[in-house]
Amino acid sequence: MSAVAETTQQTPIAINLSWCKACGICYALCPVKVLGPDELGKVTVIQANKCTHCKICENHCPDYAISVVGGKKS
Amino acid sequence: MNVTSINARLMQGNQACAEGAIYAGARFYAGYPITPSTEIAEVLAERLPQVGGKFIQMEDEIASMAAIVGASLTGAKSMTATSGPGFSLKQENLGYAVLSEVPCVVVNVQRLGPSTGGPTAPSQGDIMQARWGTHGDHPIIAVSPSSVQECFELTVKAFNLSERFRIPVLMMLDEVIGHMRERIVIPAPGELDIFERKTPEVAPSQYVPYEPQDDSLVPPMANFGEGYRYHVTGLLHDDTGFPSNSPAVMGAHQDRLHEKIRRGLNEIIMVEEAETEDADVLLVAFGCMARSAARAVKEARAKGQKVGMLRLITIWPFPEEALRQLAEKVKAIIVPEMNLGQVVDVVKSAVEGKVPVYGICQADGEIIPPERILEKIEEVL
Amino acid sequence: MFAEIEQYFRTERLPHIWCPGCTNGIIVKSIVEAIQKAGLDQDKTVIVSGIGCSSRATGYLNFNTLHTTHGRALAFATGVKLANPELNVFVITGDGDCTSIGGNHFIHSARRNMDLNVILFNNNIYGMTGGQYSPMSPSGAKATTAPYGNIERPFDICNLAIASGATYVARGNSFNTRQLTDIIYNGIANKGFSFVEAIASCPVYYGRKNKLGNAADMLKWQRDNCITKEAADRLPPEKKQGKIVTGILHHEPAPEYTTEYQKIIDKFQGGEES
Repeated sequence: MSAVAETTQQTPIAINLSWCKACGICYALCPVKVLGPDELGKVTVIQANKCTHCKICENHCPDYAISVVGGKKS
Repeated sequence: MNVTSINARLMQGNQACAEGAIYAGARFYAGYPITPSTEIAEVLAERLPQVGGKFIQMEDEIASMAAIVGASLTGAKSMTATSGPGFSLKQENLGYAVLSEVPCVVVNVQRLGPSTGGPTAPSQGDIMQARWGTHGDHPIIAVSPSSVQECFELTVKAFNLSERFRIPVLMMLDEVIGHMRERIVIPAPGELDIFERKTPEVAPSQYVPYEPQDDSLVPPMANFGEGYRYHVTGLLHDDTGFPSNSPAVMGAHQDRLHEKIRRGLNEIIMVEEAETEDADVLLVAFGCMARSAARAVKEARAKGQKVGMLRLITIWPFPEEALRQLAEKVKAIIVPEMNLGQVVDVVKSAVEGKVPVYGICQADGEIIPPERILEKIEEVL
Repeated sequence: MFAEIEQYFRTERLPHIWCPGCTNGIIVKSIVEAIQKAGLDQDKTVIVSGIGCSSRATGYLNFNTLHTTHGRALAFATGVKLANPELNVFVITGDGDCTSIGGNHFIHSARRNMDLNVILFNNNIYGMTGGQYSPMSPSGAKATTAPYGNIERPFDICNLAIASGATYVARGNSFNTRQLTDIIYNGIANKGFSFVEAIASCPVYYGRKNKLGNAADMLKWQRDNCITKEAADRLPPEKKQGKIVTGILHHEPAPEYTTEYQKIIDKFQGGEES
């Protein structure tokens, strides 16, 4: 079984919440504010349609909790 | 001309130790120069590449100890040699090898301490450091040869025990034995048993690195690079090798480390008795002091005194059982040792007051001569 | 996609122990991507680490892994590599582990030029013990053991590596992950001692103590304060003031230790019959 959760809410971003430590790097770095904090400070997708697949979130998630599906290979 | 005479040579103890290592299959040595052990490094620097082995002079003793553990993990039988100050530095990674169960042999050619002490002066002052030098509870195996021949043969045994029980084995030479030259008969290939470490019989996916497969409690050991990708750490860990803070796991790990040695005592404990059958006085000696004690036994017997000797070849774990049996028969025990009282206290503790125990303890860089032992025999008889 | 590199992790051991916002995980991913790009056989790859936060990485990596004693990773790695030169050997170490307690092993390993790939995670602090200053804490920085500011001067560890004889020396950071992966990859290609300083951030101890903002702020600091060697070479000195230069800083191949040793063994073709 893949450790990465299936994508949800028809977003291109798969989030493994059990690995997310709520550091906030992903949503602070996201240039188009696709991501934001949930009530615990963990990552959540707030506007999926704006995602440009830049993968800044995935590349800078220290906890391997984010996978951006599609877009160009990083 | 028979085979024995062909293989008889005049050799120094340190050299015999190095040749014994080659015979045992040692193919890796890392060390740092230190008197009076340096000849071991010099011989192996020359000899190892001749047999396809590797020698490296590391930046210090700590690194030497680390390097032999790393090498052993790839399957190479590995050794380092040192003396007092270097032995102190090795303690850190010696503990690592005990905990992570990596076989290796560490030679300590004892010199007078503490600190720089007397670099060329013989001593038996590291016996307690051999037992307790590294921190924490841990088992250890330490052996001590009394002749050049035994330097060779006991080095082979040290490797066998190390590979068999997955524990560092300490070869406790002293400067006398290390630098003494005497006749040695090099055993023919195949004459001495060589033990090869047990490797896993299961597929990598089934391998649980620290799970014992039999009553010996010694788990088979995979070599790095052979498909068994596992984790080695100096943290207390469970059978998978991964660390745990659980008291149950940490306690079980400690228990198994000790129990595997306890179960192997019959293979590990080596002693030699001389003239003990009717002895009133028992000398307990090891290393170079066993030679002085043997002379004392001979001279005492010539005078009609019933004196015998128990020679400790294995020092740790301490041969308590052999000693206890003799303590039932003798009237007094004398322990001559070149330190200010290390083995004598262990002997006292082992015989539990059943018989008086006297030490002849001296730490001045001189061997205790047979005469002093004979005086003590007169005194106690 | 994490799925693309998942085979290199012991995923059942994740999530890792590192604090929220610690960038060690980012650097580990770059190491793994470089290994993947180089096509190294996992079974023939050994990763050795010492003691400290970054050294816990070995527990999560699906290779032959060796988590050793404080400062000694390079010495253990030396034994592994010399005993079996077919193995690809990596060392993961931290600023305290490598440059303080392991300093002697570091300079000698660099001098010896054995084919080891060393990645130093520099977070400027002892994190595992709760935030004491390290030999790479900047002057003036605060730490639990430097409550009035650090009066020592830090190592420029890349310069020390070069001076000690390392044949490949590079610096990267956890913001520019593509560059970091590339410099580790190029280090793998160097047959000899390859050293990469990877600038990490420790928001919990170093960051809080020095009021450097949150995890994202510290990553942005890396972005804004590092310049590539190529860019730096084009700038006048006054514009480089205070900037950290990243990229390949030094590459000068020299004879590799295990290769040279093999030449000695090869002289004795008789092998065991010597």
